[in-house]
Amino acid sequence: MNDNILIMDHVSYKYSPDTAYEVKALDDVSLTIKKGEFIGIIGHTGSGKSTLVQHLNGLMRATEGHIYFNGQDIYDKDYDIRSLRTQVGMVFQYPEHQLFETTVFKDVQFGPKNQGLDEKEQIKRAYEALTLVKLPDEFYLASPFELSGGQKRRAAIAGVIAMKPSVLILDEPTAGLDPRGRDEILGLISDMHEKRGDTVILVSHSMEDVANYVDRIIVMDNGRPAYDGAPKDVFSHYKELEKMGLAAPQVTYVMNDLKAQGFDVDTSATTVEEAKEEILKMLGR
Amino acid sequence: MLREITLGQYYPANSVLHSLDPRVKLFGTLVYIITLFSFDNVPLFAMILIALIGVIKLSKVPFSFMVKGLRSIIMLLVIAGLFNMFLTPGITLVELGPLKITDVGLINAIKMTSRMVMLIIGTSVMTLTTTPNQLTAGLEKSLGFLSKFGAAINVDFHVHDIAMIMSIALRFIPVLIEETDKIMKAQMARGADFETGGLVKKATNMVPLLVPLFVSAFRRATDLAYAMEARCYNGGEGRTKMRPLTYTSLDQRAYICLFMYIILFYAVKAVL
Repeated sequence: MNDNILIMDHVSYKYSPDTAYEVKALDDVSLTIKKGEFIGIIGHTGSGKSTLVQHLNGLMRATEGHIYFNGQDIYDKDYDIRSLRTQVGMVFQYPEHQLFETTVFKDVQFGPKNQGLDEKEQIKRAYEALTLVKLPDEFYLASPFELSGGQKRRAAIAGVIAMKPSVLILDEPTAGLDPRGRDEILGLISDMHEKRGDTVILVSHSMEDVANYVDRIIVMDNGRPAYDGAPKDVFSHYKELEKMGLAAPQVTYVMNDLKAQGFDVDTSATTVEEAKEEILKMLGR
Repeated sequence: MLREITLGQYYPANSVLHSLDPRVKLFGTLVYIITLFSFDNVPLFAMILIALIGVIKLSKVPFSFMVKGLRSIIMLLVIAGLFNMFLTPGITLVELGPLKITDVGLINAIKMTSRMVMLIIGTSVMTLTTTPNQLTAGLEKSLGFLSKFGAAINVDFHVHDIAMIMSIALRFIPVLIEETDKIMKAQMARGADFETGGLVKKATNMVPLLVPLFVSAFRRATDLAYAMEARCYNGGEGRTKMRPLTYTSLDQRAYICLFMYIILFYAVKAVL
């Protein structure tokens, strides 16, 4: 009946309230997230995007407002916040820094183990997760510290997926990766989204990153959502985005410049593919 | 949750204490600690307390900020207080089974805990009003005589190196706290539990936190070492300061106040 999986109702959060360090990180945010959506949250450094997502699985507690998961208020006294954290999986920035076990396989098992699953199920989950992130099986029994940067990141992401969360949040999953590693990780996330049909929230400061994959973009600015909508609609405000220190994908600029030069093109293309189609269509006519 | 550790943290404000030379503050803290551990009657205690309250008022740092530092040693305080109260011989005041509270014990307990509380608060006034850089610069200058003395007797006291190590260590406290916070959250997001369970279980639950923390500390240390090498750092010899420490009239007045405090304290101590 109700397919809103997460609802934020007038949520505000202050760091170090009543001191010289006081910072309002979230300012009266209200959002609804539907089941199965693939959302990109974009914002400049310090715009509150990381703070926002950490509220969604109860790691941070709002100073004001309420958050509902599957219709239940997560701040209710008897709400099981630990079970919420396994249902709303969170992959932090540089997740490879959280690896600690002696083998990759054991590290991925850590989440399912904490869920209280039996050993057989833990192993099954870990195996499935590692297959999903396409980590070659010769690394399963290697020490996580021996892997390369990109492999470590896959292993760490597997560690969260193994808990089979119904919402997966990734905070800057491509930070510090080269373009190829970035495309691989993003492709992986989008594949998993298609295969599992779960809700995915991708936090990033790069429009380019998310434009190709997500179907809804939330732009954060000064602790508030400034724009919320389909990539096309959000990028049509590219001039305002620039003022926030963000940039629309390069194709948006190309298309707008073409239009300004008198070519009759639709400026709403957000990916290189779409732009190509659009230009070919215009030339062919 | 870990943001509450205030050890070595600086609180930006515009106060007299903030603009004092770090050497004055170091000397003042030393004097304060010595008097704190040598008072033996109520008037002297009151005098120290008044001095402390005055300094806190001058610092313009919210008092709640200093008290936060106490939270981490509250167990130590309770244990020290209880041991002093129950295990000191003297005239018995109250008897609770095998445990006795004596008059000397009670006084000792109060003295001990108030000393520790005031020690923490007093030293945090210094660190809250002095940036780590100022603090180590002050320390290096104050201990500068050691390197001259060392050269005379052919011993190297490594004053500069120690000051450098200290400033790096202080600088890294907030970094590592933030890192701990981050790793803790990441593991909690994977269902880790750091709060419940007995002592052994709690300790084993710390492994997912400690291993990544150590790895990251070593990684940061290596990075920093490379960065210092790249900037041709080679110790204190021939190194000059961008902002050399110089005394102002404010510092002179502060020294006068400090000496008056010392004289008054020992005068009262001698009389009573």
